[in-house]
Order: sequence, then C-alpha cells, then structure tokens
Amino acid sequence: MQNFLKAERVRFSYVNNMENPPVVNEVLKGIDIEIKKGEFVAVLGHNGSGKSTLAKCFNAINLPDEGDVYAVGFNTKDEDKILDIRQNVGMVFQNPDNQLVATIVEEDVAFALENMGVEPKEIRRRVDEALKTVGMYEYREHAPHKLSGGQKQRVAIAGIIAMEPECILLDEPTAMLDPKGRREVLKTIRKLNRENGVTIVLITHYMEEAALADRVVVVDKGQVIIDDVPEKVFSQVEKMKSVGLDVPQVTELCWELKKAGFDVSTEIISEDECVEALYKLFDKG
Amino acid sequence: MLKDITIGQFFPGNSFVHKLDPRFKIVFTIIFIVMLFVADSFAGLGIGIVFVLMAFLISKIPFAMMLKSLKPILSIIIFTSVLNILFIRTGDVVFKWAFLTITKQGLTTAAFMVIRIVALIIGTSLLTYTTSPIVLTDAIERLLSPLKKIKVPVHALAMMMTIALRFIPTLVEETDKIMSAQKARGADLESGNIIQRAKALVPILVPLFVSSFRRAEELALAMECRCYHGGDGRTRMKQLKCGYRDFVALFVLAGFMAVVIVFNVYGI
Repeated sequence: MQNFLKAERVRFSYVNNMENPPVVNEVLKGIDIEIKKGEFVAVLGHNGSGKSTLAKCFNAINLPDEGDVYAVGFNTKDEDKILDIRQNVGMVFQNPDNQLVATIVEEDVAFALENMGVEPKEIRRRVDEALKTVGMYEYREHAPHKLSGGQKQRVAIAGIIAMEPECILLDEPTAMLDPKGRREVLKTIRKLNRENGVTIVLITHYMEEAALADRVVVVDKGQVIIDDVPEKVFSQVEKMKSVGLDVPQVTELCWELKKAGFDVSTEIISEDECVEALYKLFDKG
Repeated sequence: MLKDITIGQFFPGNSFVHKLDPRFKIVFTIIFIVMLFVADSFAGLGIGIVFVLMAFLISKIPFAMMLKSLKPILSIIIFTSVLNILFIRTGDVVFKWAFLTITKQGLTTAAFMVIRIVALIIGTSLLTYTTSPIVLTDAIERLLSPLKKIKVPVHALAMMMTIALRFIPTLVEETDKIMSAQKARGADLESGNIIQRAKALVPILVPLFVSSFRRAEELALAMECRCYHGGDGRTRMKQLKCGYRDFVALFVLAGFMAVVIVFNVYGI
C-alpha cells in the first residue's frame, strides 16, 4: 500500500498556555520517515527526543503543525477518516494499568470492538481469538487488577489486536515490567509480526529489544539521525553514545575488543554471534 | 491492609436470583420498595418480609450477610426508633417520668418503622449481592436510555461508573504505596488528635490526586486510540436477555403486591 505509514517534513510543538507568554516547545523538527507494510521497526531515542510524539502523529492523536502524516493510505488531517486510521493503527502504552477500561479482561478486549459497532457474535469471536493469540484466554473472566504487569500488558495488546489493525505502535510497552513480563510481551510482539503479518513500530529504551527488529530508527532532537538494519546502527557505537544511547552489551564488547586491536566485526548484536566470533578469535590466537 | 475492601459486595453464584435479567432485578427492587411503603399494617409488612426472605433463601446468599448488611444502618435504626418513641405523644400512656412520655402508639410506630427500614435494606442489598457491578451499570444504562431523548448523558454517566469501579482497586493500591512511602520518610499517621491526623493525610492525598489526574489523561488517550467516540453507534458484546424466569419472578412479585393492597383495602 502506498503511504502505509509516512511522515513528510513534520513539525510539531507542544504549547504551554499556562505561562505568559506561552512557552512553545518544538519537539518534531521537520522529521521524515517511512515505514512499509509488514516491517518490524524499533525507534530509539533518549527522553524528550520526540519518539512518542512521532508515534502519536501516526494515529491522528497529534496533528502536525507543518508537513503531512499518512497512515494506512489516509492523510491524518482528514477528519472523516480518523476512526479508520485509529482502527488500523493501534497503539499500546507504557503503563498497562492506565489503558484498561473494564473490570473484566474479556470486557476490556471487547471495548474497541464495541466502540466500532461490531455485531455481538463477531465481537465474541474476535475477543476469543485475540485472547488466544496473546495467551490470556484462560484469564478471560479475571479482574485486570489481579493480573501481573506482563499479563495486563498482554491484555492491553489483545484489546488492540481485536480491532485487527494493520499496524501496532508500542510506546515503551515493557518499561514498567519485570524481566519475565518483558519476555512475554516481546514474544507476543514478534509472533504478531511473523505469523500475522502485523506491522510493528516499537519504541523502546532497551537495546536488546531493538536488536530484534528488522530496522532501527534513531531519533534525536526531533530528527531522524540513523535509519538502518540493527547491525549497522549498533556498530556506530560512538555516534550512539553521543546522543545518549547505549548499544547492546555484546556489540560494546566487540567494539572494545576491536579498539584494543583484535580482529572482530562490530556488526554483532546477538549473544550467539558474539560467542562464535570469540571462538574464532581464540582459534586464531 | 486496604486491599481487603470489596465494593458492591457481589457474591457470584448460579441461583435463580443470580440468573435474572439485571434490568428486571432493578425494577423488582423498586416495586419491592414501593410495596413496603404502600403497606400500612404489620400484616402488609409481614408479606414484604416473607417475600424478601424467600428471595434470600433462593439466592443461597449466606444468612450472615443479611445481618452484615444491616450493621452500617444500626445507628439510623436506633435514632428513628428513639425519635418515634419520644415524640409521639398520642395514644395510651405506658410510661411517664418528668418530661418523658412513652405511649403505646409511639412504640408501635417505632416498631413499624424499624421493620420497614430493615426490609428495605435487606431487599436492596440482595440486588447488589446477586448482581456484579459491571452488569448493574449496564442495566442502569439501558433502563435509563429513554432519558437520552431529553439529552441526559446516560452513556457518559454509565461509563463514569464503570471506570470508577475499574480504578478503585488501582487507587487503593496506590494509596497503600504512598502511605508506606510517607511513613518511610517519617510521616506519623496514627497518633495525635483528630485534627492532627486529618492534617497528616494531606501528604497522602496530594500525590494521590496528582497521579489520578495523570492516569485520567493517559486513560482518555488510550480510549481514544481504541476508537472511543461516546455512546453513538456502540454495540455490546454481552446482550441482556430476559427469559421465562423474569416473568415468573414478576408474577410472584405482583401476587405479593396484590395481597398487600388487599390487606390495605380491608384494613387487616
């Protein structure tokens, strides 16, 4: 599809009218980015870099001050299409507690479908399917506040995939979870991308999560500064550090080794690759 | 410690009363209240009591819960009976001392009022014991939906109730956390007189309010992302269905009501 997710020279500012004169904080400074259908893109950037603001532009929560944003073929400025856009571009937030609406898991998953006016029978079918996809079907009649963080976040994801969106934006979905919850959520996200062909835009602070993506976009001061496959992005260790970001530990290890004069590639992002490279190094030595 | 609070006091179950359509249950409760106020004799009230006890037995709610529901209104019961006993001065005098006059009429009116209040509370708590809060909210929304024509925001009100119910446990947990955090910084919440203790609550309430506002903002955003645009064109996953049970219950209740009216007419 043309213009699946695309931002063209987008500028966006938050205006604080409480101050006099109003304080204008320009967050996006003419950003350009295009995401294709079926991709798994990780967006990195330190706090205040504009990555969340950008994500909210894609489902018409934020409308750009200048430039255009296209989502699933529509311009987000087109008010008649807002519900189509929001249905096809789902969004999952950081805190699972603040995005669950109902007091029963299955009622919450049904919320979006009820808003869309889907037939009751069809709602039932899609809710069951969504809950099975995220592995929460057994918990369908539980109260959300009795679930763990990872489980709540998976329910939130189920609430989004029940809409059957073409694309899901996840804004630091694992930031408030423990390692177990984080693994559960990541597994779900990858499954959605691989098996259901859902386009994923994952905003994260964890480099290990970004390494799972097909493509990594680094945002700094409202601009895209790096946009490439994870191996190439993380091998630019110095540039990443200069914008306040880390690289995966294994990449950093290889980079340090290379600096010390050893012959290793810095385009290593997984532990397995790293182990293999180190074995080779020892064999040579 | 705060986690033990249960709101709505719902007892899940599978009885006849549980399975009734919640809309009918609300209507039944209203009819029952009317019945109690129509009855003007002990016999009439007795019919009401028989009805509510029967419903309680069928619902299989533990009998102790019925007494528990009366606990919070004990003071009101005592207050009304004392007022009735002391201020009704007509009828045969039973007891007289200084300015105190207790008459037979006063005693009977007091007993009558007490029985009426007790039956009222038992009847209404049976509704919340056998209906989950979310279903109850849903039923209220549908019962009030005719009011939409005169621009009453019925859907918004029901949504507010649902969200309030959803966030009570979350906020209780948060209050617990804030209390622990303030205690860890040396806040003293348990000693001092009532004014000092009320003042000690300020450092708990302020962060609680701030975080609730933040939560509200995030929730609104999340709802918008899930296509929420008010009640127009909304469907529901679970349809409420009324069946033979509801009509059986309606007939029984109508029978009881008729008996009460007959009693009134013949002055029994």
